Amino acid sequence: MNTLAGGLFAMFEPLVASGLALPLAGVNWHTFFFLVFAAVACGFAVAVVAADNVVRMALYLVLSLGATAGLFFLAGAEFVGAMQLMIYVGGTLVLLVFGVMLTAQAPFVSIKSTAGDRVLAGMVGAALLAVLLQAALSVPAWRKPGAGRVAEPAATPIGMALVGVRVDAPEAGAPAINRRPGYLLPFEIVSVHLLVVLVGAAYLARAKRRKTPRAIEVAASVEPAASVAEHAEIGRDRSRGSSVLAGGRS
Amino acid sequence: MAEFLITTVGLPASLAWTVTAVVAAVLILNVIAGGALVFIWAERKIAGRIQDRLGPTRTGGKFGWLQSLADGIKLLAKEDLMPEGADGMLFRLAPYVSFCASFCAFIALPFAFDFVGQRLNVGVFFVVAVLGLEVFGVILAGYASASKWSLFGAMREAAQVVSYEVPLGMCVVVPVMLAGSMDLVTIAEKQAGWFTNWYLFHDPFTFVIFWVYVTCAVASVNRAPFDLAEAESELVAGFHTEYSGLRWSFFFMAEYGSMFLVSALAAVLFMGGWNGPIPVASLLGLSEGTGDTANYFTRLIGMVNLLGKATLGVLVMMWIRWTLPRLRIDQVMTTCLKYCTPIAAVMFLGAMLWQVALPGGLVPGMGRPAGEIREGWLPGPGGGAASASAPAIVVQVTP
Repeated sequence: MNTLAGGLFAMFEPLVASGLALPLAGVNWHTFFFLVFAAVACGFAVAVVAADNVVRMALYLVLSLGATAGLFFLAGAEFVGAMQLMIYVGGTLVLLVFGVMLTAQAPFVSIKSTAGDRVLAGMVGAALLAVLLQAALSVPAWRKPGAGRVAEPAATPIGMALVGVRVDAPEAGAPAINRRPGYLLPFEIVSVHLLVVLVGAAYLARAKRRKTPRAIEVAASVEPAASVAEHAEIGRDRSRGSSVLAGGRS
Repeated sequence: MAEFLITTVGLPASLAWTVTAVVAAVLILNVIAGGALVFIWAERKIAGRIQDRLGPTRTGGKFGWLQSLADGIKLLAKEDLMPEGADGMLFRLAPYVSFCASFCAFIALPFAFDFVGQRLNVGVFFVVAVLGLEVFGVILAGYASASKWSLFGAMREAAQVVSYEVPLGMCVVVPVMLAGSMDLVTIAEKQAGWFTNWYLFHDPFTFVIFWVYVTCAVASVNRAPFDLAEAESELVAGFHTEYSGLRWSFFFMAEYGSMFLVSALAAVLFMGGWNGPIPVASLLGLSEGTGDTANYFTRLIGMVNLLGKATLGVLVMMWIRWTLPRLRIDQVMTTCLKYCTPIAAVMFLGAMLWQVALPGGLVPGMGRPAGEIREGWLPGPGGGAASASAPAIVVQVTP
């Protein structure tokens, strides 16, 4: 393959050498995409707060979360990225459906927030940002560029660790003991917890039976009888007055 | 390919990556668009034959094979309408959201050994996650159209897709479990050899779960008999009632793209991917590493195999569509929650127990030996520069 395609590309080499494509040559795509994804994530996160329509908010939220997933993929954490897509973006979808179903009395409802709300939200947000920035800058290893380089992404070590077997390489400087702890216990706790949540949701969402199960049928069977009697009454009245219904034309 | 561009051609790294990405994107776009052209024509012919008609016969000669092109020109020439009360931005954006989701899922889909846009370690998971996002465009379209038909259609679709993701996920987990990896390339490569090695024939449970997967896949791409979202008899056209022209055609490109995608995923997960029913390449003495030409030829055969299987899947979906009547919404939910999910769960347990009890398969040589765990025994990702530097992960499990 190399020889064949190499010959093919040799034809284009003068073009490349002449600097035709040089404007692209200096771009560091990793940095470029990091900046793009970060800008999208931050920009649309602000847009979520600023928008006044619930569906648009959901759209911005999805874009912001999707860009965060892009950041994860960029960092080589493919499993986390796919998780982000599956849980957060997919979850927003469900949130959106319920939001529309429960809040939309009229089309395109707008949600206006007051100035007080905005000030309060701004203060909380700024406080959180300050805490996060302080925490991030307090780790000396993170100040150097390229310090947090990740290894070959693989989901297998994560999966094996979740069932209690550690197969990933131990960290440098860690004590060389044979039995490193896996995550079997937290995994089991979380799964049991989720099972409980599932059962609870099914219990809450199930169709509620009335005390008298056949109330609707009873009502339905009563209704026609009443109306028939009513009609009979009317007919009798009319017939007394020799109406059209009774056949009299006088 | 990027490594090849850097080392052999001598391009700067960033430029090589750009070229690689553009080539992959253009190829994938062509698969979707070209596939849609062919499949729309095929759908018309199949619908015609099933309904005892001829289908298109005149456009472009004998079989009406230019019908899709004529359709495309017609769609281009149509007036692009937007309802007065619509939310303009969301209305315009919705078709692209659907299409982008369909497109993104193709990135992780391998067409032959290492012919993959980006070989992801969690390929299956990525494809399923992204495929679920396609419904987002549909919901946006339904909401932004300011039409009750559209909104009803979108809500139905949302409920349906969210429900069917559960059994679909369970079905997908079984081949992942058998292969011991979520990497689509690894999964398909584990089924190499004769067709008896396919996970479809691995054990009775996988055979059953394949059909559950087919049901869920048809439902998750909203094809009849599960096309509640666009039920013509009740909802005019469902979520795309208000769309016309090119925007409408984007929805359909996305739909045909997703159909092809779930079929290809079925081929990779259950039917050996690019490994044909008969291992032609290895019978001819070709295998990976025997030489450049051999590699090329092997992968070409592989691609033909995969595309053939995926096309077969799409044709079966069309056959189903024109044969079965549409289900009611409660029947759709019953099928999902009362049949597909429990069957998938039981079959998952069954496949697991089978793997424990008979790891070598019922007949020796049928099914692959289960001991050869896991990633790292295959060559690293084709385009990944990181794979060259990082050591391969070798996993050894001791009972």
